[in-house]
Amino acid sequence: MNSDNRDTMLLKEGTVDAIWAILEKVNDPEIPVLSIVDLGIVRAVSIDHDFKEAEPIIKITITPTYSGCPAMDVISIQIKMAMIAAGFHHITIDQVLSPAWTTDWITENGKQQLKAYGIAPPVGKSFDNAYLEHLVIECPQCNSTNTTLVSAFGSTACKALFKCLDCKEPFDYFKCH
Amino acid sequence: MLNKIDYLLHLADNALIMGHRCSEWCGHGPVLEQDIAISNIALDYIGQSRYLYQYTAEIVNGKNDPSLGFTLPASEDTLAYLRDTTEYKNHLLVELPNDDWAVTTLRLFLFSTYQYYLFTQLLNNEDTRISAIAEKTLKEVTYHVRWSADWVIRLGDGTGESKFRIEKAIEQLWPFTGELFLNNDAFIESEWNKKVASIFDESGLIMPKKSWIQQGGMQGIHTEHLGFILAEMQHLQRAYPNSEW
Repeated sequence: MNSDNRDTMLLKEGTVDAIWAILEKVNDPEIPVLSIVDLGIVRAVSIDHDFKEAEPIIKITITPTYSGCPAMDVISIQIKMAMIAAGFHHITIDQVLSPAWTTDWITENGKQQLKAYGIAPPVGKSFDNAYLEHLVIECPQCNSTNTTLVSAFGSTACKALFKCLDCKEPFDYFKCH
Repeated sequence: MLNKIDYLLHLADNALIMGHRCSEWCGHGPVLEQDIAISNIALDYIGQSRYLYQYTAEIVNGKNDPSLGFTLPASEDTLAYLRDTTEYKNHLLVELPNDDWAVTTLRLFLFSTYQYYLFTQLLNNEDTRISAIAEKTLKEVTYHVRWSADWVIRLGDGTGESKFRIEKAIEQLWPFTGELFLNNDAFIESEWNKKVASIFDESGLIMPKKSWIQQGGMQGIHTEHLGFILAEMQHLQRAYPNSEW
């Protein structure tokens, strides 16, 4: 975006959409194929027009996936860098905890990208009381449902470790949460 | 009863010290998957403690009263790194050494089950910051309960050696469980009793009767173990004040 026409653009409707479009290009550092928008962690974008200031303040609200997820700090930095690269300088990033993030917020597009990347997307809704062992998880490599849980915890807080009994490949499963 | 600052610190200290104990297994787990599991759980706890310390720091800074005894301005880091053992308000249960895998997983089961019912109650807290933290962490706690209960069953219903170890762990930890309920509604203790009894039953383990209660943590009277934890955790900040990672 050319910074010269930014100010006029900011006053137009649709700027919020433009910011969402920038955020769609910011990816999760642990799952680099998935944008933070598809992951469902961007909760709100708003523009605060304080006319005493030369530039409006962009407010971005995010929510953490897991409490101790070390990616959250990196994600905040990446959001700031992406916004600055697009010509926005006054940015505040707020973190909210409620409503708590759930895998139900991962978009269909996000689920397809997870699978293409080799991570089985979450099956079912969060808190449906289905224990991991009783879930039928499809192997992202060969689509077999003949799979088994290896560990309830995986390489990151949001994943569990499975293996496929047909193609013998181990794979990550993005847990329902 | 503790005032709000002390109560928040109590919750935060519980989470931080539990997280620290779990993190001690990082690189030492019995198998890779379980090493990863307990390290993930440690991260959840440290994340929980951060929310609670951050909120406490905001309240402390709002009061801006040096007579309260906090380093000002307070932050999550000053609260974690610049308070000494007598200022820590965690339950004694969480500071006990990990000992073996049976003690570690049993402690996690006893504590996370307590946290599950406590946070379920805190969902309705009139303070929306506290209820939001409860809502966020309850999801993780649910996972901790499942994972640790599976281990209690596996050890109790496993080999002669595993049963011996978990029975020893019960004997060791039981006197420290009573403290969890001293300042809470009776509902939490009764729900906890039901859940623990059902898992012990499935594991073929006998639930001891309630007896002598080891207590003092909330008043800052701790076992000798807490000092060693803080020495390790706080050493860098004490030796090189304000140093950053």
